[in-house]
Amino acid sequence: MEILSPEKIVKSFKAALGAGFLNAKIYQREVAVKKNLFTSIWIYVKRQAFRKAVEHICELQEYPHLAIISSSDLGDSVELIYHFTIYYGQHLKELSLGLRISLPKDDLKIPTITDIIPGALFTERETQEMMGVEVTGIPDNRRLFLPDDFPQDVYPWRKDEKGPYDLLRVLPGHSCHSERSEETQDPWEKK
Amino acid sequence: MKNEGTETTYTIPVGPIHPALKEPIRLDLKVDGEEIVAVDVVVGQVHRGIEWLGMNRNNPIQNIYIAERVCGICNISHPFAYIMAVEQAAGITPPERAEYIRVITAEMERIHSHLLWAGVAAHELGFDSVFYLVWRVREEIMDLVEYLTGNRVTKAMFQIGGVRRDITEDQFPRIRKSLDYYKTVFNQLKTVFLDDRTIRMRTKNVGILKTEDALKLLACGPTGRASGVSKDVRQDQAYSAYADMDIKAITPDVLTGTVVGDIYDRIIVRLLEVKQSVEIIECCLDEMPPGVILAEPKMAKVLNTLKKAEGEGVGRHEAPRGECIHYVRLESGKETLAVWKIRAPTYVNLMAVPTMLKGAQIADVPIAFASIDPCMSCTNRAVVVDTKANKKSLLTNEELHRLCVEKTRKLSNELAR
Repeated sequence: MEILSPEKIVKSFKAALGAGFLNAKIYQREVAVKKNLFTSIWIYVKRQAFRKAVEHICELQEYPHLAIISSSDLGDSVELIYHFTIYYGQHLKELSLGLRISLPKDDLKIPTITDIIPGALFTERETQEMMGVEVTGIPDNRRLFLPDDFPQDVYPWRKDEKGPYDLLRVLPGHSCHSERSEETQDPWEKK
Repeated sequence: MKNEGTETTYTIPVGPIHPALKEPIRLDLKVDGEEIVAVDVVVGQVHRGIEWLGMNRNNPIQNIYIAERVCGICNISHPFAYIMAVEQAAGITPPERAEYIRVITAEMERIHSHLLWAGVAAHELGFDSVFYLVWRVREEIMDLVEYLTGNRVTKAMFQIGGVRRDITEDQFPRIRKSLDYYKTVFNQLKTVFLDDRTIRMRTKNVGILKTEDALKLLACGPTGRASGVSKDVRQDQAYSAYADMDIKAITPDVLTGTVVGDIYDRIIVRLLEVKQSVEIIECCLDEMPPGVILAEPKMAKVLNTLKKAEGEGVGRHEAPRGECIHYVRLESGKETLAVWKIRAPTYVNLMAVPTMLKGAQIADVPIAFASIDPCMSCTNRAVVVDTKANKKSLLTNEELHRLCVEKTRKLSNELAR
């Protein structure tokens, strides 16, 4: 396995994805006494090029480690970051690689990657139930953490009207959200 | 023996309140006689919405303490990964001395966690005397943790931009005393766990996770390393004081020459890691640079910086069970975190459980499941459902544990004959 420099990795993504590549950022910081470099790379791609990007990561290292998918509600869109690590197994050679995809709120769909990385299943299931992003082609469609009686159209990580705010039970003396519905207000506030 | 035309597989749901586990989870075991043919893992029984609190209620400094409460055992690992993510996002650099103190506390946590696990594993196998012995040995490190941090469990050592307490020169002799104690008992522990014939019979070639499966299912930590995946954040990535040391991921072949990926290999990896942690702490004591322990001692000032900061960061730390990763995103003007995502190592290691248990026997479930050192809680009973007759029978914790112990006794008696 040939180890590429961060700049070369970005270049290889550009070449492999073409118009699907949007931009990239390399972050480095020196740590502790010997000032070795901690490196992470952020690659921003279009949704159409997403699967190709994952396949490209598998070319860099046969079995990349997918740590987790993080998702952010940015108002009009939802941003997914697939946190990969590559080049593990050698002293201080590992890189964190965040693959970033932005999805418009009216079309929250992303293809599954469980056929490429079987271990991605749990985090894809979690993204589905927590953010309301539909993972197309997912082999196991069940919920992961949320109980079965949790409402269908509520997603805990969303910051819009689909968020869990109506479900909150707030303790006296605390206010969590100003727009609470009538029945969830705490009894101490009622006249 | 399969009979033509009759149903031969049954489903046994184990949990959510379950043996071998320290926290609730459900395993649906499909069995054919005593043999397990398929496993489904059902999680979510202790989902407390901690990330949500960080994104909606707490400010980034209050979050350190909630991160500490993600897990009772990894209460250094979570704040460690969390503060690294925040420091990256806000551009704060902790002083060098703080990095060394962080590593010392993290390695003390690894020693106590691995010894705790070794005790639980011995209990699952039915060797309660070994369980008592190992937990007695563990007390030494707990005393040291209390001596250095002031607490046995939630240590509250981490602050954004440094640590809360210094470790001073006059404390070194007390630390070295504990480390020397572990060096003297190490060989004894090794003999107890690795040379005992019955333990070997119960753990060798049981619960196997092959290297390729471990890579595909993203297994990490000792679970992955026991399967031959040389993946250890301390070795792989430059973070904290680990970057100054020459750390090598421990795989079982350093002791036995081969990698099988069974329970026995997981015991080897954890035992050797205790020794490795002792060496890392010694190295830290020898090379600890002088200086301050906090980049900015005024917390109100730090809070103000964090409120204005805009950025994102990923903190990764090798917890006793594997890689722990926190992703943090800060937005300017927001008091709370914009996004906080935590991934604990058991999250991915659980995916390896179905593969590990396939082909094993029901009596192997407690030890095989415990062998990934799952970070989840205590058990009570399992229900055996006969799907054909629609009958339910209870398999209590005691009973399942008894099955496991009986198997050990049977093997010991056979050996004695």
